[in-house]
Amino acid sequence: MNMLRLSWANLKADRLSTALSIMLLAIGVGMVGFVLVAGGQMQDRFNRDIRGIDMVVGAKGSPLQLILSAVYQMDNPTGNIPLSEARKLQRNPLILHSIPLAYGDNYQGYRMVGTEERYVEHYGGVFSQGKIWEKDFEAVVGSLVAERTGLKLGDHFHGSHGLVEEGHVHEESAYHVTGILKPTGTVMDRLILTNISSVWSIHDDHAHSEHDGADHAEEEEHVHGPDCDHAHEEHVHDLEGDVHADHAHEEEEDREITALLVKFKSPMGMMQLPRHVNANTSMQAALPAIEINRLYELLGVGFTTLQIIGLLIMVIAAISVFISLLNSLKDRRYELALMRSLGASPAKLFGMVIMESLLLCAIGYAAGIVVGRVGLLLMSRLSEQQMQFQLSGGWFSSEELWLLPVTLFIGLIAAVIPAIQAYRTDISQVLRNE
Amino acid sequence: MLTTSNLRYTYLQGPSFVFPDLQVGKKEVLLVLGKSGSGKTTLLHLLAGLMAPVSGTVKVNDTDISTLSGSQLDAFRGRNIGLIFQQPLFIRSVNVMDNLQLARTLAGLSPDRALAERLLEELDVADRAHQMPQSLSIGERQRVAIARALMTLPSLVLADEPTSALDDDNCHRVAEMLQSTVVQHGASLVIVTHDGRLKERFTNAVTL
Repeated sequence: MNMLRLSWANLKADRLSTALSIMLLAIGVGMVGFVLVAGGQMQDRFNRDIRGIDMVVGAKGSPLQLILSAVYQMDNPTGNIPLSEARKLQRNPLILHSIPLAYGDNYQGYRMVGTEERYVEHYGGVFSQGKIWEKDFEAVVGSLVAERTGLKLGDHFHGSHGLVEEGHVHEESAYHVTGILKPTGTVMDRLILTNISSVWSIHDDHAHSEHDGADHAEEEEHVHGPDCDHAHEEHVHDLEGDVHADHAHEEEEDREITALLVKFKSPMGMMQLPRHVNANTSMQAALPAIEINRLYELLGVGFTTLQIIGLLIMVIAAISVFISLLNSLKDRRYELALMRSLGASPAKLFGMVIMESLLLCAIGYAAGIVVGRVGLLLMSRLSEQQMQFQLSGGWFSSEELWLLPVTLFIGLIAAVIPAIQAYRTDISQVLRNE
Repeated sequence: MLTTSNLRYTYLQGPSFVFPDLQVGKKEVLLVLGKSGSGKTTLLHLLAGLMAPVSGTVKVNDTDISTLSGSQLDAFRGRNIGLIFQQPLFIRSVNVMDNLQLARTLAGLSPDRALAERLLEELDVADRAHQMPQSLSIGERQRVAIARALMTLPSLVLADEPTSALDDDNCHRVAEMLQSTVVQHGASLVIVTHDGRLKERFTNAVTL
């Protein structure tokens, strides 16, 4: 019969208040843990996706929307930009490299993005099967898409118009899966990639005829919209672009893309290019680092609120532990005196009360981690549907680990006064009043 | 083996007691009789080291317990003195067997299941080993309390009104068992009581 078993037996004997304390602890720990893990994962994920992207160029509109749409593939695009203008910008010597994106279709809700091979390289894509596209209408499938849709190497599929599932299906041309990527933990996992000209040719046929009431408002600025071929003439000379090359490709003149991901050669680019793009072109330049910080600030308010509520609940849990210990010790006054008469020192009784509280808090902590995980699971389902964003549980994160000492510390504080009372038990007095 | 000399105790705002010198040898039984308010419980608490006397000494075996410090005294009491109370007290959250073993672990001894089973057997409550103390009758509880007092094989057993809550049948039974088991395990026994029923059984008596 050691002290740990005795503490456990005492907790079990006092079922109701033990259950209440554990419940409060679990909710408090669960909320704080959830916020820490979900926030950490989101931040992690956000940061991973913008790594190596200094600037995003797209149609004018909300810069945050542009970043969310072009980098994270969460929001709708702000519109399209003329290819000719993008090409001019791409030749700017301050740019190390840039990746064009053209999108606006989906397959079973997973976005199809027309881009270049560099996009796959940028996110460290490795093929688990097959290889990169070589011709139009060949597609490479991200790991999550392959898992969820069951698309396999060699499969044929039709994209649908728009970014949500219910769009018009492009019956005319089927894509052919030539490669499947390994998981990268980035946005690429949930995309279907193809070359840009596939996206163009699909929309060549119908772009002008299909824009009817069935299309959603956000898709109006879809690839190859008819507006926007006017504003770029005047600043041709600002850029070191090869103007003649543009004329050689007459057909590209009215082509459009959705966005351009840019990496600068040096910090000089950061100083000059965004201002240049915003002031002198019909396009918009947004800096992912800045926009994402703004997003954190927005999300941060919600996270902080949740965290404060969680901490408050933990404080209430501490009070509950304190009260239930006090009550239980009041009932157990004779037991304490008995233990003293059986040879237990006051320090031993002090230790027993502390141990009971720590045991309670350890159980509450464990339950809290479970609660947090369940919350994460539910949230993951939701966020995957709503924002194409997956939260996942590795088994134990360091954020949750430091919650353990915090919880135990709370238990220690809650137990100090009851423990001192136990320490001070006057055996003779208690036994005399029995 | 218990020896006291010149024991005195004074309550802060209350009565003052002077106790007769006592001597109880191994396997001997001493009955301390007295009306309520005569200082019976005070004497017992002094003998057990639960209170310190104003003056005088209490020697258990050859140790003067008034020279022991707080935790030394706790440890000494745990090992050498078995206590039995009027209302048998137990840890309510664990069963009879665990209550008995607790007497050993709190005294710093290793659990001894065989001893516990033997004592419960001798006291005729062996079948109660795995029940919770609250589910026992008062007579059974008092017998389990005797078993617990003997779990550390103490040299002195102190019993405070062990029979006054019991009916005549149980009184005789418990007194009988108390005497036989304590003597059988080689301890000294002091019973403090106002229970007249015990006078006939124990001849060696002191009246306060």
